[in-house]
Amino acid sequence: MSEADGIMRLRQPISVTYNWSAGPNATSHLNGLLDGTLVGKRCPGCSLVYFPPRNGVCPKCARILGDDVVVGPRGTITTFCVVNVPFLGQKIKLPYVAAQILLDGADISMQHLIQECEAADVRIGMRVEPVWKDRSEWGPSLENIAHFRPTGEPDRDMGVEAGAS
Amino acid sequence: MARRDVAIVATAQRPNEVGSTLTSVELILPVINDVIAKVGIERQKIGFWCHGSCDYMSGQPFSFVAAVDAIGAWPPIVESHVEGDGALALYEAWVKIQTGECDVALVFSNGKTTSGPIDRILNLQADPYMVTPLWPGFDSLAALQARACLDAGVLSEADMAEVAARSYRDALNNPIAYAKENVTAEQLLARPYTTAPLRAHDCGVPVDGANAIILAAGDAARSLAERPAWIRGIDHRIDTQRLGARSMTESSSAAIAAAKAGVGDDRIDIAELHAPYTHQEILLRRAMNLGEGTHVNPSGGALVSNPAMAAGLARFAEAAESVFSGSADRVLAHCTSGPMLQQNLVCVMEGE
Amino acid sequence: MFTAPLVVAYPYKRTVGTLLSRFFQSLQEGRLEGTKGSDGRVYFPPAEFDPVTGRQLDEWVTLAETGTVVTWAWQSAPQPDQPLERPFAWALITLDGADVPLLHAVDAGDMARIRTGSRVKVRWADERSGGIRDIACFDLLEGAS
Ligand SMILES: [Zn+2]
Repeated sequence: MSEADGIMRLRQPISVTYNWSAGPNATSHLNGLLDGTLVGKRCPGCSLVYFPPRNGVCPKCARILGDDVVVGPRGTITTFCVVNVPFLGQKIKLPYVAAQILLDGADISMQHLIQECEAADVRIGMRVEPVWKDRSEWGPSLENIAHFRPTGEPDRDMGVEAGAS
Repeated sequence: MARRDVAIVATAQRPNEVGSTLTSVELILPVINDVIAKVGIERQKIGFWCHGSCDYMSGQPFSFVAAVDAIGAWPPIVESHVEGDGALALYEAWVKIQTGECDVALVFSNGKTTSGPIDRILNLQADPYMVTPLWPGFDSLAALQARACLDAGVLSEADMAEVAARSYRDALNNPIAYAKENVTAEQLLARPYTTAPLRAHDCGVPVDGANAIILAAGDAARSLAERPAWIRGIDHRIDTQRLGARSMTESSSAAIAAAKAGVGDDRIDIAELHAPYTHQEILLRRAMNLGEGTHVNPSGGALVSNPAMAAGLARFAEAAESVFSGSADRVLAHCTSGPMLQQNLVCVMEGE
Repeated sequence: MFTAPLVVAYPYKRTVGTLLSRFFQSLQEGRLEGTKGSDGRVYFPPAEFDPVTGRQLDEWVTLAETGTVVTWAWQSAPQPDQPLERPFAWALITLDGADVPLLHAVDAGDMARIRTGSRVKVRWADERSGGIRDIACFDLLEGAS
């Protein structure tokens, strides 16, 4: 307990341990990450390809996702931000770029880091590719990808015009 | 403002299980699609969606936001969430319909109760200064209440075992019930204490489950169901959170809620009571004055399958189904929340 | 199917307000103080507001270290973070001078040794930091029940 202005502060840590299940519809996606393949799933209703396959369902159609679809590995930045704010647990040197990346063949974007270029050079439409960690560090996780880096290909038109009103 | 006539017109529940490997979203989605298919309504006609769940069950902050993935929220919908049992979400949906803002509402709830230590997790609902730091667990708090009832002569261990035996036997006829057994009270009394004076059969079995209910007003209800279960009264009352300051041997909040809901106005054919502990069923029957003519928990109740945050709405589903089928005319559905029957929601439904 | 252990933990620090600040301060100093309700009933731990009338309570009463068990339950397999590591009793205990009981643990050793009406005494924690755990548990008063 600490005291300020006569008011006590009661330390009350809480913790609970769960056995977390990723669910059956995430299995092929996570297996894919174990051997370096990016596997999403297609909705049998609207045909959109989800990567990652969220909770195994299409939120537009309220249906369980269907066939596996291999996507990427290259993709396009759909939006991004430059992080300058330090926070608890931060592992990356500031400033860095967090971007939404639409992998080739997928219909929803995923979030990852952009490195190996200046933050100021990152732009919507920029083509990027994954940089994988050493295979010995891999698990069933998108953290197998250290970050994405520019490929040098021409930008893709994302239907966003600079200065358009 | 005149009160609108509102009825339950359809229900869906998934079989209760232990150790489900589905995500919460995968758990919910099929029951929502089932209940919609039962009434054959277009999704867009559902004017309000209300969800009851608890993030601490799944161990995922804001898991209720992810749950929106299960309801097909496109084009955008009107949606709300209650951090509690689905029965409390049903109450919110009933109020929403009363405001006139919608005629049809869908209520759903889910509990992945077995992926974490549920007895420890429920502690987080308790008084954070005086109770949670001791980590008593809800079984031991219920056991304190049971002992007080035993000491006061309100009930006996045999009475408690009788409740369990009847529930386990009734569950044999319920395909979605988890625990079921052809057993007698004498056999149960021969089993050891877990948290004395409670034995294993005195405590509801934690399971993973999900359910959904469609509510509709007036003509909409008549067009969606042959025999809607009309809500004639509904009321929610809460006792003080101070465990020592409320009676251990009676439930005043349940008694008040039952009186306000009109339980005593006529006979009750079936009462689905959300009693996670055997002695609590007896306390609830006494508080609501339920007599011999009322069949309590023909589904087996929360003793045989207790999906946390969904077990109360399950009582509404079971009670309404007995009206749909014509096996009952006037039924009671109840939901409790918090330790030792702290909160009680009581609803009376009738067929026409 | 992929499953993994997941630990969710939060290091909460709660501000407890003026009344409970005094209560936890007194516990830390080894005193037991409750509050008197609108109807004259004494609450330990103190109630900030009267559970019946809602009135803010501020009349303090100092209580004895002894009390009486009004109901109890047997924790045969203690769980993590509970007050005792060997089997013990949970109990609602009314301290002498109080009317409303508190929840705590009784180190009875064996289930056969405790009953409703048993007399108990506070066992203070070796190190006190302000909090209900400053009371380590209660001990049975030998031969007094
Ligand atoms: Zn779709």
